[in-house]
Amino acid sequence: MNSQCKFKQYIWELPVRWCHWVNAACIVVLSLTGLFIAYPAPLGKSPSDFYMGWIRFIHFVAAYTFAVSVACRVAWSFLGNKYAGWREFFPVATAKGRRKTLAMLRYYFFLDKEVPETIGHNPLATTAYTFLFALYLLMIVTGFCLYSTHAPQGILFMLFGWVQVYVPTQIVRLLHHTSMYLIFGFVVNHIYSAWLMDIKEHGAEISSMFSGYRFTVHRKDD
Amino acid sequence: MKRLPEEEKPFPIDLQPESRFWEKRGVSRRDFIKFCTAMTAALSLPAAMIPRVAEALGSDDRPSVIWLEFQSCTGDTEALLRSSAPTVAEIILDVLSIDYAETIMAAAGVLAEETRAKTVKERGGKYIVVVEGSIPTRDNGAHCCIGGRSALDIARELCGNALATIAVGTCASYGGLPAAAPNPSGAVGVGEAVPGITLINLPGCPVNTDNLVATIVHFLTFGRLPETDGKGRPLFAYGKKIHDNCERRPHFDAGQYVEAWGDQGHRKGHCLYKMGCKGPATFHNCPVQKYNEKTAWPVGSGHGCVGCSEPSFWDSMSPFYRRLPAVPGFGIEATADKIGLGLVATAAAGFGIHGALNALRKDKEPEDSTREG
Repeated sequence: MNSQCKFKQYIWELPVRWCHWVNAACIVVLSLTGLFIAYPAPLGKSPSDFYMGWIRFIHFVAAYTFAVSVACRVAWSFLGNKYAGWREFFPVATAKGRRKTLAMLRYYFFLDKEVPETIGHNPLATTAYTFLFALYLLMIVTGFCLYSTHAPQGILFMLFGWVQVYVPTQIVRLLHHTSMYLIFGFVVNHIYSAWLMDIKEHGAEISSMFSGYRFTVHRKDD
Repeated sequence: MKRLPEEEKPFPIDLQPESRFWEKRGVSRRDFIKFCTAMTAALSLPAAMIPRVAEALGSDDRPSVIWLEFQSCTGDTEALLRSSAPTVAEIILDVLSIDYAETIMAAAGVLAEETRAKTVKERGGKYIVVVEGSIPTRDNGAHCCIGGRSALDIARELCGNALATIAVGTCASYGGLPAAAPNPSGAVGVGEAVPGITLINLPGCPVNTDNLVATIVHFLTFGRLPETDGKGRPLFAYGKKIHDNCERRPHFDAGQYVEAWGDQGHRKGHCLYKMGCKGPATFHNCPVQKYNEKTAWPVGSGHGCVGCSEPSFWDSMSPFYRRLPAVPGFGIEATADKIGLGLVATAAAGFGIHGALNALRKDKEPEDSTREG
């Protein structure tokens, strides 16, 4: 066991943490309401009830919140510190990033015993996040495309409605539905890896998403 | 109701010439004005436009119509001919001179083809083409030939020179059933077969004759086709989703659904969403215009919408009794949910095993030898 002194470092700025938890909350709400919309329970007792109406309303409000949160995170990748920056999301583009990725892969496949330290993002994680953000974009585009069809003369339809001219609406719906499971698959991976790294690195991986601080072997001004 | 003073009555123009024209054909003035009013309403035009519609329909300067039928079941012709009110067939057949329509014309064979050629020659481009059925493109269009010429060839010649082309039904608009996978004849709609023509699509299986007549009336009144959406369909008829105008919509919002055919909900007329109704994916004015003299339409009769007025409906709207299409490459019975849950379960199992193996192994946490930076 290592008993080296570790240094506290401020890594995740406030917008990063907020976007993370808003996204997480939105994904939970959107998945639950989305599953209800796909498989509604016959809760209505009279035609003047509004169960489906309210659940769709919650889905749409959460969808707007999610879209704004994702947009803010993308913007912050140009405004925030280097750990939040967009370069972090393409680790294989640099030699150092490739080295880090390879070391992490070797550790994950039980080829190395030493946990490679990562101060900011784990390079494997950011590679997954790049796909995740592509998935978010797909979800936002397909979701707003389906939503906008209620008002074909509206601004949203101008922005997203063109999708259903090229992709049949039912295929848009299928993409929107199946992408949810891909996000679930990511969530399984994400929670597991955060837990694993928290145990193995002793760098406060999980609590850093609340506090912003991580504990690393090297000092910032090293 | 307040009576309007004489000079403000909604028909400032003298309808005498028109009404005489119609009376000669057995349509009373009253029926004629009723028809003009219905058409003005169908086109979402203000009531002030009724006289203009009446004027246009009464004019002697009427274009010829050539009704072409390619890969079709004649369902659209049937829909037009079988409608009895408001004397749609008479109005349409009298207002326009239908010079060529295989199903209804007396001439046949060489004579019929001659009539068509004569119309094209004599009218010098002053004709409207109505196309019913898809156009096959594979093997040089050999899968549909009339009088020794391929449908593609005929469409190129006639639609290219016409004032306007109206594609009636889903087959003519987007290929429809003949274009469904695997599309053996390479069938396409008119717009794809003959690009660049003045075209309007009136999909539906069959076309709603009210929409067809209203489109023609619009053309006669304003000299141009009505405004269209991204799929080439007139907004007055395809500007709203079926779901958003559906008479069963309150049941959808309330959470009252048909769970099985013939159950309590079905008998009470609840929402058919869970039975695979494609109303939420389909733009058409069925709930408003309806079929069969405005008496019925699928959802009103207790059957979900199958999305017949959307492109590639046979492929993308099926299975007709499920909410979502089948996932390509996974067989008919595999649903998106089964595949998705399988994926999540695999991920969970994989990471579970990974975690167990990690719990067993001894590894080193980051220190000076492995630190970053």
